[in-house]
Amino acid sequence: MSQLLLDVNELTMRFGGLLAVNEVNLKVKNRQIVSIIGPNGAGKTTVFNCLSGFYIPTDGSILFRGEQLAGLKDFQISRKGLVRTFQHVRLFKRMTVIENMLVAQHRHLNTNLLSGMLKTPGYKRLEQEAMDRAIYWLEEVDLLEHANREAGYLAYGQQRKLEIARCMVTQPELLMLDEPAAGLNPKETKELDELIIRLRDEHEISVLLIEHDMGLVMGISDHIYVIAQGTPLADGSPMDVKENPDVIKAYLGES
Amino acid sequence: MRGTLYNAVFAAGITLVLTCLMLGVQLNAEGTALTVQGADAERWIWIIAGIALVFFVQLFSPQIDAFFGRMPKPNLAALKPEESKWRVIKPWAFSALIVGMLIWPFMVSRGAVDLATLTLIYIMLGLGLNIVVGLAGLLDLGYVAFYAVGAYTYALLSEYFGLSFWVCLPIAAMLAAFFGFILGFPVLRLRGDYLAIVTLGFGEIIRILLNNWTDLTGGPNGISGIEKPTLFGLEFSRRVSEGSQSFHEFFGIDYDSSQKVIFLYLIAVVLVLIVLYLINRLMRMPIGRAWEALREDEIACRSLGLNRTVIKLSAFTLGASTAGFAGCFFAARQGFISPESFIFIESAIILAIVVLGGMGSQVGVICAAIVMTILPELAREFSEYRMLMFGLLMVLMMRWRPQGLVPMKRPHLELKQQ
Repeated sequence: MSQLLLDVNELTMRFGGLLAVNEVNLKVKNRQIVSIIGPNGAGKTTVFNCLSGFYIPTDGSILFRGEQLAGLKDFQISRKGLVRTFQHVRLFKRMTVIENMLVAQHRHLNTNLLSGMLKTPGYKRLEQEAMDRAIYWLEEVDLLEHANREAGYLAYGQQRKLEIARCMVTQPELLMLDEPAAGLNPKETKELDELIIRLRDEHEISVLLIEHDMGLVMGISDHIYVIAQGTPLADGSPMDVKENPDVIKAYLGES
Repeated sequence: MRGTLYNAVFAAGITLVLTCLMLGVQLNAEGTALTVQGADAERWIWIIAGIALVFFVQLFSPQIDAFFGRMPKPNLAALKPEESKWRVIKPWAFSALIVGMLIWPFMVSRGAVDLATLTLIYIMLGLGLNIVVGLAGLLDLGYVAFYAVGAYTYALLSEYFGLSFWVCLPIAAMLAAFFGFILGFPVLRLRGDYLAIVTLGFGEIIRILLNNWTDLTGGPNGISGIEKPTLFGLEFSRRVSEGSQSFHEFFGIDYDSSQKVIFLYLIAVVLVLIVLYLINRLMRMPIGRAWEALREDEIACRSLGLNRTVIKLSAFTLGASTAGFAGCFFAARQGFISPESFIFIESAIILAIVVLGGMGSQVGVICAAIVMTILPELAREFSEYRMLMFGLLMVLMMRWRPQGLVPMKRPHLELKQQ
């Protein structure tokens, strides 16, 4: 239960003379929702980019189940079970919803050209399994009726949900959400809130969350890290963080 | 109003400059000297009429647009039968089409069959480029290079080693695929304009190489006397080479030169059907979906564990192999190839076929290939203005139907009820 899933130590990212992330430590346990908060430009997304392999961190170690991730390519990291969403929705807009879900499972499918051409039983079985998983997750996020619509035509809130479903269908162990509630209305935010809790409790995965919606963060997080100007400021339970004078200062400015 | 007046004057001015340069003056060679000759009065009237037309069309363009906007648009979707009916009709329709294509050449002139063969070559090329440009979204301006590789593979293997067409067909495809693979590596990180320039350069490199490697390729003189394909060893010529038999002798019929033309046409039909089937399968396979995903959003692909190197290289490789296939057949059909056949304008025409047809759409590519090869033949009197008409067609298409003749339709996947 309390096994350590992700262990980030002294993660540092430098762009030339700019220190974007400075010795950040993060720990995510199994079945935990952990949030990273901080003012705009604090380096939260940079941390995500380092974790998901889009940037190669200047220094520090990223251990995922005891395995070093720093230096691996982005697609290798996501194959290890660490999948992310983006601040701006990145769907395959001109493909249908179900195709989006199938593309995400690319590595679980039989990509051998010959067996695909001949439609071998093994190929068909994997294809059907992928289809079943896609349908399962579309049902989970309430998008099944839109399965054959182009993703770009969905409403914004639905696109957000599809992006999460598309990550989940890859069967990750750690889901990293970059501002999933941005642009959602209160009702959709509440649904998202429930979805994230369900992911943790029913599907037994961990969630690492960047979010500005304090209501959402405080309500569902098991642990919160605060980053300001690339440097860790505080961490602890929602209550601890809320009452931490440094955090209040960082958000509201010097008084 | 002022804006349109300005536009109209501007457009008329440009037309004036262009038509005066192209139609108003003529260069005549008299002995060694060149003289400039003005056009006669009748031609000037036409030029002025043309300029006036451009001026007034531009001046009243909002009214004209509004008029065309009011015209009812033909609803092509209504022509298509319902999904359930279509499912029943589809196999029959396709069979009828294929049978029609097989019977048709016996009823028309030799020239028509020859033209149809050319069209089929362009269909193959269009289908291949469609993988790279339409599906994977990688703008390739040097596609003709792979076509050249395929053609020269057959020509050289046939000349130096006496290999037959049927043996060379897979070799040509594989070698072109190999070249696609080689080109794929340096351009992995490139997109859009940069990719276009590199592929453009690659196309030129191949052409210049073929032009200058005189010892092997015969340089600008090309290679002639390439052997025609045979039907299980039966040749299609009046007098056969030593030790083989000709088609008309074997079946005891009179020699007719159109037999060869029809045979080539039938090979082309079979090749196109094979290519069509294979690419159609590919599009529905994981790799086909991955190509499209890569076109839509590369970063999302990477975050979902798709290896973009493999996906891009496979698109280049498979697209190139189709061109190699087409090139091999082209060499066999022509019997003569030279670097002249593989200039940049060919790449441009193939790209135009893909764009006109509708990116990613196979039916569209086929329609566009037919339009692009048959129109110039129909308008033979205007052959001097071929490129002009080509440009006009492009402008009109992009203005009224930017998505192409037959835009790609998303496959509808059945969700199994559980």
